[in-house]
Amino acid sequence: MNRRFLAALASGALFGAGLAVSSMTDRAVVLGFLDVFGQWNPTLAFVMGGAVLVTAFAFRLVLKRAAPAFGGEFRLPRREGVDVRLLAGAAIFGIGWGLAGFCPGPALVGVAAGLTDAWIFLPAMVAGSWLAGRITPP
Amino acid sequence: MGSIPITRSNFFMNDWAAGLAGGALIGLAAVLLLWSIGRIAGISSIASGALEGARNDRAWRIAFLVGMMVAGALALQFLPAPPRAQTGPAPLLLAAGFLVGFGTRLGNGCTSGHGVCGLGRFSRRSLVAVAVFMVCAMATTFVVRHVVVTVTASAP
Repeated sequence: MNRRFLAALASGALFGAGLAVSSMTDRAVVLGFLDVFGQWNPTLAFVMGGAVLVTAFAFRLVLKRAAPAFGGEFRLPRREGVDVRLLAGAAIFGIGWGLAGFCPGPALVGVAAGLTDAWIFLPAMVAGSWLAGRITPP
Repeated sequence: MGSIPITRSNFFMNDWAAGLAGGALIGLAAVLLLWSIGRIAGISSIASGALEGARNDRAWRIAFLVGMMVAGALALQFLPAPPRAQTGPAPLLLAAGFLVGFGTRLGNGCTSGHGVCGLGRFSRRSLVAVAVFMVCAMATTFVVRHVVVTVTASAP
């Protein structure tokens, strides 16, 4: 195992632990945030806020480097500007997220944790992604 | 959804701190991945690339996903409040999963790629994407919880 592989493993582990600690694997907590006209649960705002505080500060420092620490190059999204594809994709994702309260990370952790709902959700998610990949240019 | 009611006291006792701490861990994970191998921690892209991407670019994606799934599941075992067992209707979960998979692939990102990482890079595309998926998700939840339920309850 090389260090690039280990770094990805460690990053994933931190990410998964963060999702669990912040209850983002609990659909009820996520739907509680999305339900702004019900009994609103602000937890997700703290999660997103905590995460973006860290990335907004640290990404700037990291991107001052000429290259990543373990080799290769920085691979940042190349697309620029807002287009119909972005808007449609975000809207479709939002509708699905609002229906179930699962987004991709929590659904994957939910599968590993044996949550029945995640086991139903994930195959459909993979199918949806595959179909979108088939009908759109990369 | 049968869930414990959230009151002012039980939210402010712990949920905001757990949310902030968990969020910081997620942010650190994204920083570690960018610093070490130069990649964005967007789960939908990492997952679709692990299944369908270039073969020589799959190992790190699989390592990330294994780490996330194992650590997440282990953490849930030891946390004081495990996820409440819920069983939503299967057709709704299937439709939701399909839309989430389709939409994130089409829009090149989800809550992590556009949210945690895109906002952290001050990307205008990601800011727009986050605004659109948040509003659409809130509108959908509103319809499911306050329109459909009311109409169904008042039906003869």
